[in-house]
Amino acid sequence: MPENCIYIARSSAIAARALAGEMMVMNSADSTFFTLNEVATAIFQAADGRTPLREIVRDRICEQFDVDPEQAQADAEQFVTELSGHGVLLVSNQPLASEAPR
Amino acid sequence: MSLMSEVGQKAFNLGIPIAVHMDVTYRCNERCVHCYLDHDDHGEMTTAEIKDVLDQLAEAGVFFLTFSGGEVFMRRDFFEIVEHARRLMFNVKIKTNAVMIHEEEARRIRELDIDTIQISIYSHRPEVHDAITKLPHSLERTVRSIRFLREQGLRVTIANVMMTVNSSDHMGVQKLAAELGAHYTLDPTITPMMDGDTSVLSLRIPGEELPDIFHNPALVANQEEFCAPPKPPSEEDLEGYSCSAGHSFCYISPYGDVFPCVQFPLPTGNVRQQKFLDIWNLSPQLKEVRSIQAKDLTVCSSCSHVSSCSRCPGLAYMEGSMRGPSTADCEKSFYRTGVPTANMLRQGLSKPRSTSGLGAPLIQIQPIAVPA
Repeated sequence: MPENCIYIARSSAIAARALAGEMMVMNSADSTFFTLNEVATAIFQAADGRTPLREIVRDRICEQFDVDPEQAQADAEQFVTELSGHGVLLVSNQPLASEAPR
Repeated sequence: MSLMSEVGQKAFNLGIPIAVHMDVTYRCNERCVHCYLDHDDHGEMTTAEIKDVLDQLAEAGVFFLTFSGGEVFMRRDFFEIVEHARRLMFNVKIKTNAVMIHEEEARRIRELDIDTIQISIYSHRPEVHDAITKLPHSLERTVRSIRFLREQGLRVTIANVMMTVNSSDHMGVQKLAAELGAHYTLDPTITPMMDGDTSVLSLRIPGEELPDIFHNPALVANQEEFCAPPKPPSEEDLEGYSCSAGHSFCYISPYGDVFPCVQFPLPTGNVRQQKFLDIWNLSPQLKEVRSIQAKDLTVCSSCSHVSSCSRCPGLAYMEGSMRGPSTADCEKSFYRTGVPTANMLRQGLSKPRSTSGLGAPLIQIQPIAVPA
């Protein structure tokens, strides 16, 4: 999948809430519980299904957190792969209908 | 410490209400002999009011939301309320007797990605369960509904309230839960009625029977540790707090009243009159609850059980003082470990006085009058 075409959306099957800037996420299917750090929380909150991941990384991560763009992109892709494996994020090379509100 | 415990501690330290229990109605299709509720409708919140409260709870940082009652499905708008809650991304748990859950309801619950459905079963024997609920065929109907829920792959917990009239049936209920693929929890707590009537406390199992429960490995995990004599309290223990009630947890009644806990009937405000966060942040009653550390407890601060007791400040409040002992928990601590509590020693008792007939007048939950 070409990395500039990755779209991500939050699954409607999850529960999520920010606690002091960090997101708590629980997948009801298996009660897996995660907490996301500030950077991961920013990606999660921007996962509207319409904005490409590369754009999220550029506009939300590199600008706010002063990180190397290539490293940030690699970390974001790893994070997305991990959370999609747990059913928390939906991933596609086409824009997705956002399942859950921000 | 597990990740979940860490998050709970963080919310506690920050004063974030991470978990809320909301009763959407006190109406019920069963009439359980031990129930503490008045089942008449004294003016429940409307659908719009509840949705507005849910919006406020999400804004306040609430993550874990339990819907209970009464019987939640007595509200025709219950699914609409749950759908709204899930849109707001709460982790939702439902407590129900399940009698009104059929295949269609089970399917909708699954589609809403509900975390857990907790269902009360009092006995595996219909004649005992139905005599407690006073609803004919209720066990049969509840078990059938659990099968529908399990067929949808949903997590079900069977809650077994233990009292005098079903005290010999817990193993049967546990076996039934295993057959149904449900989790099982046992609770020997019987709470005084909302109107202050303590007659239901006569259903509490006698303290002398508690050791059989506490020392039963089929009912209590890590039993050796659970029943071990208490360790001398450290300075840190004395700086500690009783529980999350009012710190990171609260209860909202069907009438919008906010309390520190479902078992702690101290009125702190009403969401029909104030914003939830104003109540949470500014209520003098909640501030008082939050200020009480173990060292401030009138009797318990000198008790050897202070660091390990399940002391419920709500039950203590109902006995007369939120800083005082909760006799039911003194009883549990004694029968769990065999070590007398400070509350017993000051009264010169060699065993706890019975909590099944507390005659003291109790503070009552009363809906706060709302101007028309």
